[in-house]
Amino acid sequence: MTETKLTPLWRIAVGISLALLVLVGGGTVHAEAIGGFVVPGSKAATLDQCVEPTSEMRHYHMEYIRHQRNTTVYNGIRHTKFSLSGCVSCHAAHDAQGTPIPINGKGQFCNACHEKAAVTLNCFDCHATVPTGESWNQVMNPPPSTSAQPAASLDRPALDRPALGRELAQVPDMAEQEEFQKR
Amino acid sequence: MSEHKQQPDLKQSPEQPARRDFVAKAAAGVATAVIAPGVILHTAAVAAPRTTPVTDIKRWGMLIDTAKCADGCTACVEACEHENGLDLQDEPEGVKPLKWDNQRATWIRKVKIRDNMSGRMTNLPLMCQHCEHPPCVNVCPTGASFKRADGIVMVDRHTCIGCRYCMMACPYKARSFIHEQVVKKLTRAPRGQGCVESCNLCVHRLDNGEENTACAEACQQSGHGAIIFGDLNAPHGPLREALREVDSRQIREDLELNTGVRYAGI
Ligand code: HEC
Ligand code: HEC
Ligand code: HEC
Repeated sequence: MTETKLTPLWRIAVGISLALLVLVGGGTVHAEAIGGFVVPGSKAATLDQCVEPTSEMRHYHMEYIRHQRNTTVYNGIRHTKFSLSGCVSCHAAHDAQGTPIPINGKGQFCNACHEKAAVTLNCFDCHATVPTGESWNQVMNPPPSTSAQPAASLDRPALDRPALGRELAQVPDMAEQEEFQKR
Repeated sequence: MSEHKQQPDLKQSPEQPARRDFVAKAAAGVATAVIAPGVILHTAAVAAPRTTPVTDIKRWGMLIDTAKCADGCTACVEACEHENGLDLQDEPEGVKPLKWDNQRATWIRKVKIRDNMSGRMTNLPLMCQHCEHPPCVNVCPTGASFKRADGIVMVDRHTCIGCRYCMMACPYKARSFIHEQVVKKLTRAPRGQGCVESCNLCVHRLDNGEENTACAEACQQSGHGAIIFGDLNAPHGPLREALREVDSRQIREDLELNTGVRYAGI
């Protein structure tokens, strides 16, 4: 086709129509639902930047998180920008009462898009789904304690499991042991 | 001390501080002041999250003085459970209480030893001994059971397949298996069905610059002070000072695992 001679007018016409195509095409892609996964009631909804440019996060978040995972588990470096707990604390939604909604819940941030992309995660079998310090995932200062029990270390009210460990501390007597063997 | 073959170079005399100890102190920038022999003040300002990978300059360990460990006291167990979210485990329906107590994940157990001849009772907390040569690491088929550079033996639960070989291999019965789905888990202690876990010397605290475990802290606060936590590689650190003072042993010394947790009075 290099031999074909186009008049300057033709060239301009082709150029314009190509430019139009690109513009219109770009417009359609933009109008399609990319993004919009940030949920209302999350900290992220009040910000306009993720930890990396948004399109990069869409494409590569799994790589970043996986890298962070090894950095934390093997090298002991925590709380850096790709930490999973960071994603949770910024992206988890809250209901009208301010109670956090689990981030992997149906339609929530980590679930909605994955459902669409047919990705299943088991990360939240283990990882907390609500931000640290909220709901049951609390880091709060204990009420002043009068007992000799360790107080300063308890940053979450001890749950009522009064005999905790006591059973383990006691050597079951012979009768009890035999009874357990029979069970 | 001659019978303790595996003691981490305790013979290094205090007059010749090891270079790496100096490096460790300089690197950490920890301001410590020796007030009186054995009393060391750490400034609170050291609590900063680490930004460089852990190294083998430090090796974390403990000395547990069984003479100070009180019968019936469970302060260390409770503090551990609280710190690591172990108290958030729910008892499954219809499980017998004793069976559940045996099966639920526990990182520290209070153990009572009785000498049958004399009848003498000894109390001690038993947890992962953080061996230098950990059998649990040797048997792991996926490499999930590993020893971190600073001597902490732990499980990478992202690669753990739940085969439980490590539980069989551990001479201390230190590991637990999570049998049930866990509903509530703390951010600092993820936990879920199908993986093995054990004491990690409160690794999240250490990485954030705090140099004490929940159990040692609770034991000090309860007034018993039976657990001393510290760096086995620092000849002048509180742990090595304490190890120089009292006669200590490793449990199952015969296995030559060079445990990081030492016991006095057994
Ligand atoms: C400091 C708060 C914050 C943290 C922490 C954070 N994000 Fe974001 N994230 C945002 C904001 C704000 C947006 C919306 C950006 C925009 O509108 O362009 C966003 C957008 C995203 C998007 C694109 C969503 C869409 O609608 O297409 C993904 C994917 C994402 N984040 C994943 C993550 C992951 C994974 C982590 C953890 C490594 C994380 N984010 C941590 C604030 C955060
Ligand atoms: C069987 C339990 C389990 C599962 C499943 C699991 N993790 Fe983890 N994860 C852990 C534990 C335990 C840690 C170590 C936490 C620590 O030492 O503080 C951890 C730490 C991490 C960290 C570093 C800590 C942080 O908050 O940034 C990241 C990142 C991470 N995991 C990502 C993942 C991802 C991604 C998945 C899913 C593909 C996943 N994990 C699934 C147990 C689990
Ligand atoms: C904008 C859509 C979107 C959002 C929002 C999103 N993801 Fe993803 N995620 C994907 C896609 C698409 C994949 C699959 C990529 C692939 O398979 O190459 C994926 C894969 C992953 C993987 C790897 C899964 C695997 O099996 O290897 C992890 C881990 C992950 N996402 C974590 C998260 C977490 C945590 C959040 C919430 C903080 C989140 N993602 C939010 C789109 C999203």
